[in-house]
Amino acid sequence: MPEMKRNVRHDISFTLNGEKRTGHAEPRMLLCDFLRHETGVTGVHVGCEHGVCGACTVQIDGVAARSCLAFAIQIDGADIRTVEGLAGREAPMSALQQAMKRHHALQCGFCTAGILMSMECLIVANPLADRAQVVDVLSGHLCRCTGYANIVDAVMAVLEAGRKMAGQINA
Amino acid sequence: MKPPAFDYLPCEDVMQALEALHQHGDDARILAGGQSLVAMLNMRLLEPAILLDITRAAGMRNIEWSVSGGKPSLNIRAAATQSQVLELAALKDKVPLLHSALRHTGHVQTRNRGTVCGSLAHADPSAELPLAACVLNAQIHLQSNRGKRSMAARDFFTGLLQTALEADELIVGVDFPLCDPATESFSFHETAMRHGDFAIVSIGVHVQPGKITIGVGGGPAKPEVRDWPMLEGSALDDGLNTLAWELEMQDDVHASARYRRHLVREQGRAAIEEARQCLR
Repeated sequence: MPEMKRNVRHDISFTLNGEKRTGHAEPRMLLCDFLRHETGVTGVHVGCEHGVCGACTVQIDGVAARSCLAFAIQIDGADIRTVEGLAGREAPMSALQQAMKRHHALQCGFCTAGILMSMECLIVANPLADRAQVVDVLSGHLCRCTGYANIVDAVMAVLEAGRKMAGQINA
Repeated sequence: MKPPAFDYLPCEDVMQALEALHQHGDDARILAGGQSLVAMLNMRLLEPAILLDITRAAGMRNIEWSVSGGKPSLNIRAAATQSQVLELAALKDKVPLLHSALRHTGHVQTRNRGTVCGSLAHADPSAELPLAACVLNAQIHLQSNRGKRSMAARDFFTGLLQTALEADELIVGVDFPLCDPATESFSFHETAMRHGDFAIVSIGVHVQPGKITIGVGGGPAKPEVRDWPMLEGSALDDGLNTLAWELEMQDDVHASARYRRHLVREQGRAAIEEARQCLR
């Protein structure tokens, strides 16, 4: 591939929340800014811009990652999911989002979108996760409102409901 | 905080990256996981003319159980992520210290992109992977247009964010030797503001017959490693105290030098005892 010059907007093709999309970005454009300003998914929240707070976490090819520590041009061909893609067309909120609401797992909501993207990955990749594993994943996020306990409760509720349902199917 | 403008080259293979490094030298930076580099760019601590992205270069994400210098080892190539390595089912048994160090390296969200070799190249004094590489005597493989060379991790790190890497060289891979669980054991202890943050002090220990290897990260400018005979009791206390003072720790916002020396003594003893327990 040839060199991509600065100050030139380069073509990017990618999948965003299940839909094929195209966009343009200079090499220096961060993925978080590209998603917000070029594609309009403003559920991606930009906090610290150096990888510490976790607010900008999205899923890149199925794994949670900081969108402030990646460049838009790097995601050409990738599959990106943001909080906008969590709920299906038929429901306003996913099971995890409903559990977060029920357990009072958010207040100001700034960190919530990032946490949802991380926790959805955990629930899919490791349905048998225990509380310690949830806490470990949550350590990648800062929340100044909740004290974290309610977030862990919400994720555990979804995991346990999933296990109960799996048990019924198996039985 | 937005990065300065730069040109960007997505490298198809190692040769393309080496050619560009040869051409641009210090003006180029290798972009692997970017978990340190992009943060530094955002803060404008660096202004490279060009970024050479090696994440899609052929073969660069490979991890292999192999043999290096006649010893079985785990070979990790330049763009293999920390998550890829941590997900190896046999890692905990075969390279236990690397497994423990990776568990403390950032968070899953940064490990998913961050690379092992990138952490070595960045050489942050409080990073876990350079410490693990030094304690385990990992071999780091460097390549440039001029040729290839390999060096021991203990020789690779030369100071604060400084390594033996020349401007035209790329870390193409690293070999971690595998352990013999019958005769060797390991422990890794870290004190940080929260789990996954950079270490205030981290300790890596490797115990084998008649020998203790202890490495300290977090306080000193680069990982410091000592090979000791099997010290016991007050001789071990004395060794740890001497080591704590030798490291010339500094005060900073996270901890005082005095607290760091305290951690070297206390965590050092705990880590050595833990490793010895595992062997009994």
